Amino acid sequence: MKQFLSFIRKEFCHIFRDVRTMAILLLMPVVLVVLFGYAISTEVRQSPVAVWDQRRDDASARMINRLAASEYFDLRRMIGSTEEADGLFRRGEIRLALIIPPAHVASGMQILSDATDPNEATLLIRYAMATLGPGEANSPAEVSLLYNPQMKGAYNFVPGVMGMILMLICAMMTSVGIVKEKEMGTMEVLLVSPLKPAYIILAKVAPYLLLSMVNIVTIVLLSRFLLDVPVRGSLFGLMALSTVYALVALCLGLLISTLVDTQQAAMLTSGVALMLPVVLLSGMMFPVENMPWPLRLLSEIVPAKWYIAGVKDIMIKGLGFGAIAREMGILALMVAGLAGISVKRFNLRLS
Amino acid sequence: MNDVIIRRITKAYGEVTALRDISLTVSPGELFGLIGPDGAGKTTLFRILTTLILPDSGQATVCGLDTATDLKQIRRRVGYMPGRFSLYQDLSVEENLRFFATVFDTTVEDNYDLIRDIYVHIEPFRHRRAGKLSGGMKQKLALCCALVHRPDVLFLDEPTTGVDPVSRIEFWEMLGRLRRQGITILVSTPYMDEAARCDRIALMYAGQCLTVDTPQAICRSFGKPLYKVCSDRMYALLGDLRAYDGTLSCYAFGDSHHLTLREDRSGDTEALATYLGGKGHTGLRLTPIEAGIEDCFMAQGKEER
Repeated sequence: MKQFLSFIRKEFCHIFRDVRTMAILLLMPVVLVVLFGYAISTEVRQSPVAVWDQRRDDASARMINRLAASEYFDLRRMIGSTEEADGLFRRGEIRLALIIPPAHVASGMQILSDATDPNEATLLIRYAMATLGPGEANSPAEVSLLYNPQMKGAYNFVPGVMGMILMLICAMMTSVGIVKEKEMGTMEVLLVSPLKPAYIILAKVAPYLLLSMVNIVTIVLLSRFLLDVPVRGSLFGLMALSTVYALVALCLGLLISTLVDTQQAAMLTSGVALMLPVVLLSGMMFPVENMPWPLRLLSEIVPAKWYIAGVKDIMIKGLGFGAIAREMGILALMVAGLAGISVKRFNLRLS
Repeated sequence: MNDVIIRRITKAYGEVTALRDISLTVSPGELFGLIGPDGAGKTTLFRILTTLILPDSGQATVCGLDTATDLKQIRRRVGYMPGRFSLYQDLSVEENLRFFATVFDTTVEDNYDLIRDIYVHIEPFRHRRAGKLSGGMKQKLALCCALVHRPDVLFLDEPTTGVDPVSRIEFWEMLGRLRRQGITILVSTPYMDEAARCDRIALMYAGQCLTVDTPQAICRSFGKPLYKVCSDRMYALLGDLRAYDGTLSCYAFGDSHHLTLREDRSGDTEALATYLGGKGHTGLRLTPIEAGIEDCFMAQGKEER
């Protein structure tokens, strides 16, 4: 036990004395949350619009006022013809144009959209229809957004960033930490000692687990107080799920460290083999449902997918512990499997 | 009872054979040297003895324990200092030492008497990070860390490579003191001049063991008159000596050339002097000398080649 504690103390010394790495580790979640929260946003704000009002009565004035008051739109100018709208679109001055027909014409309103970015266009049209009111935009059905009525992007990316940070720190740092000992030659000395390999592994893993817990708390606090993303469900459930997911990542890091021999290779492998799936296949950025079946199948084994789904259930939907039992179970299975493989692969000898 | 027994060990890395059918024994309390140039297989042999790698064939025992099967027991009883500096550069001198003491389930205080002689040299720098120490200091610290659990057998892989001459001499004096405390020491070095400080040495070349004996016996076994030759034009002299028809071998040795003559011409230094005079060499000095380890190594290595 004394051996183990002294080993962990040594690991903390490594982390704390490498000021640059520690700064990256602790600041990365803050930077990512702020970046995703403010800079890289899929939300639409203050999109320039033009309106051709042919009706010119109280009803149309109300509509235009509502549009101008909305934070999503910025009413640039009133126009008098479709040609004028075309010109504005071509010069890129507006993203959306609204044409209100004269009162005696039976047809409904017309919305013109730039649509060079289809996602943005869909969003804008949906916002416009919501702003103008269902009756007047002839919406066929009443839409109600249950868990995220304001359609905030933060509700989606906060769980995603958590999945990403945990994977990055636990997997990458662990694999780099172990491979560093190999590269520096200290593993050779450690192996020729009575130290149990399990101790070596556990002592490597413990500090990073703690560090990622700190990061999780940072992210949750930031998203709660900076981005107004609530934790509606059980906080304990959230922490438990995060711990299990962190363990999956740690085991992946261990596995990588048994496969490669240099720190650079470890960094690259964890970057490509772990980060890409988190970003692409977890549903964080791109909806998995629309992917071809091989990718959908692949996404099933991406731990982040299950973690992010579980976090959303707890944070956004406000569900309790029971709702995430499936995600917990799957992640726990992954831990068992990966830990088994990497401990078996961990070499008692060199090479 | 021998502390280290190596029986017919062979190890290859792919196409390259690192060790070829090596057999050696080291007695308890012996300071045993593995002498040979880079690539002779010294590190591979150390790694096999410290249970880090398995040989392709053959068997080795350390303290009576098999390196292939009893790795846990062996790892408690040996101290190992790899060729490359293998301590934590971002930990201080003291932290490194304490860490390795706890890893071996002991304390610095318990075994301080053993490392005191060495540790006093680095104690003034005990709060300095290991990475900021000089080469000689690093080796002393590494030796302390390898010794802190009072091992029965100490394996030192090229401990003096990259170390200044003064520190090298100090280091060997420390090894001598450790040997007197009864620790069996296996040390490797590419420096032939260090060989004389060992009880017995094995000359290694290209994965093979050329000779195993005491340094004195190896020198005595040289068996031929050896001459040290100098002149004012040393570089031209080497070529001329090698071109001489009575020359058996001639090697450049720092400030002089070491020469052996063919048996039928040995002793006939007059003829050689005349020959060299004819080649225009001035300031010629030709002195008979005792053979050193390096002369033996060159002669034996030549036979192997």
